Amino acid sequence: MIIILTSKLIGNSNKGSLITSGTKKRPDDRAFDEMRPLKIEAGVLERADGSAYLEIGDNKVLAAVYGPRELHVRRLLKPNMAILRCRYNMAPFSVEDRKRPGPDRRSVEISKITTEALNPSVFLEKFPRSTIDIFIEVLQAEGGTRCAGISAASVALADAGIPMRDMVAACAAGKSDGQVIMDLSEWEDKEGEADLPIAMMPRTGDITLLQMDGHLTSDEFQQALDLAIKGCQIISEEQKNAIKNRYGD
Amino acid sequence: MLLIEDKQIVVPGEILAEGDFHSGRGTFKDADKVCSSLVGLVAVRDKKISVIPLQSKYIPKRGDVVIGKISDIRFSMWNLDINSPYSGILPAAEVFGKEKRELNRAFDVGDVLFLRVVDVDEVKKVKLGLKGRGLGKFRGGILIHITPTKVPRLIGKKGSMINMIKDQTKCEVVVGQNGVVWVKGKPEMERIVQKVIKTIEEEAHTSGLTDRIKNMLFELLGEKTEKTEKTNKEEDFEEELIQ
Repeated sequence: MIIILTSKLIGNSNKGSLITSGTKKRPDDRAFDEMRPLKIEAGVLERADGSAYLEIGDNKVLAAVYGPRELHVRRLLKPNMAILRCRYNMAPFSVEDRKRPGPDRRSVEISKITTEALNPSVFLEKFPRSTIDIFIEVLQAEGGTRCAGISAASVALADAGIPMRDMVAACAAGKSDGQVIMDLSEWEDKEGEADLPIAMMPRTGDITLLQMDGHLTSDEFQQALDLAIKGCQIISEEQKNAIKNRYGD
Repeated sequence: MLLIEDKQIVVPGEILAEGDFHSGRGTFKDADKVCSSLVGLVAVRDKKISVIPLQSKYIPKRGDVVIGKISDIRFSMWNLDINSPYSGILPAAEVFGKEKRELNRAFDVGDVLFLRVVDVDEVKKVKLGLKGRGLGKFRGGILIHITPTKVPRLIGKKGSMINMIKDQTKCEVVVGQNGVVWVKGKPEMERIVQKVIKTIEEEAHTSGLTDRIKNMLFELLGEKTEKTEKTNKEEDFEEELIQ
């Protein structure tokens, strides 16, 4: 473990010197406004009503949607609309050190913000007294899993035939090595100065999630926000392609 | 201004038209734009734009005929799973009239019934009934689940598709509007019907489907004669083993 960490640090410090020498390249040789390779596939699970598989860089995320279905918990039920429930879960093998299985503080938070990011996009009033359940499983994590999860869940919702105002796309921006960058990797997130994940509905430009961790000046914040929005638009195109590819061109 | 073509596949949030257009099923209006709310095929009729979904859940409507499975027996009614976000109830009075009898004598948990939706009230309580021609309990056979929006495609124009399947396989086939299909016939024929129905579901959005299904049926039925011989041989073999 220690060996891996040190080699990683050496590798990065080598490349870090490249940045100071003025080539403006990131540890993985991306441009500051370049996203990691993205792949989305819809309808991957047989038994779910809707599903999607998403890969961005080394992140591998699976999302499944069940419903609208009957809800037996009477106190949760809403008489005029459906409710949306999300569960974000990281597999024990998704990170370098084995993660203890089960919900923790972080995954409870991400489950909540995912629900809130997707809620405004769904026509919940069409299915009163029912529930829509979303399960997001992170199979492999490399920074930016909450955004990957939201983007995948949105495709899975569309695949399930649930009426929506728009497909929510999510992307992060931030600051690392003094440079404002798009789509942070795990290293850039951990070692960098700031992380700004957002989720938005690309048609209207409504932002449904905005979190920030770290420090940015107001100028840098504006730059980062613009980059994150640009990222969301790229992801959105890929989401549309994923759905259309499922039904042949 | 129309931004899409008829029968094109669209995704949620896609802008279909701007200006003087009406929003039909599967679409919504945002200022002067008509947008899709579903994954589906666009249907443009004059100034009205709708999207026919490729995947959906069954929402009960009064007058529909559905296939349901009994999930629970209560004091004076049965609860049924009708492949929908809302479960159905069948009041005992619908079956016995004023007469009082034990409910589990008539239908038990797991029984499959062909029913009519009598009423759906504002709290989405789905009342079912058995009064009508052909309604009642199914004996034997298999159930196949498809997306409810594809039921019209399975039936075809004036029943062309479903009648072809019935004639070719000599199976009894009953389609509920909730996307549940009941099939009874020879076991190997039931399997063929299942295969064919699944193909129709997968390819419902393509054109020239009836002809392709016809070919598929002929092919499968041609295969079938060989297959029965094979299964007979296997059975003989098993008998030998037992002896």
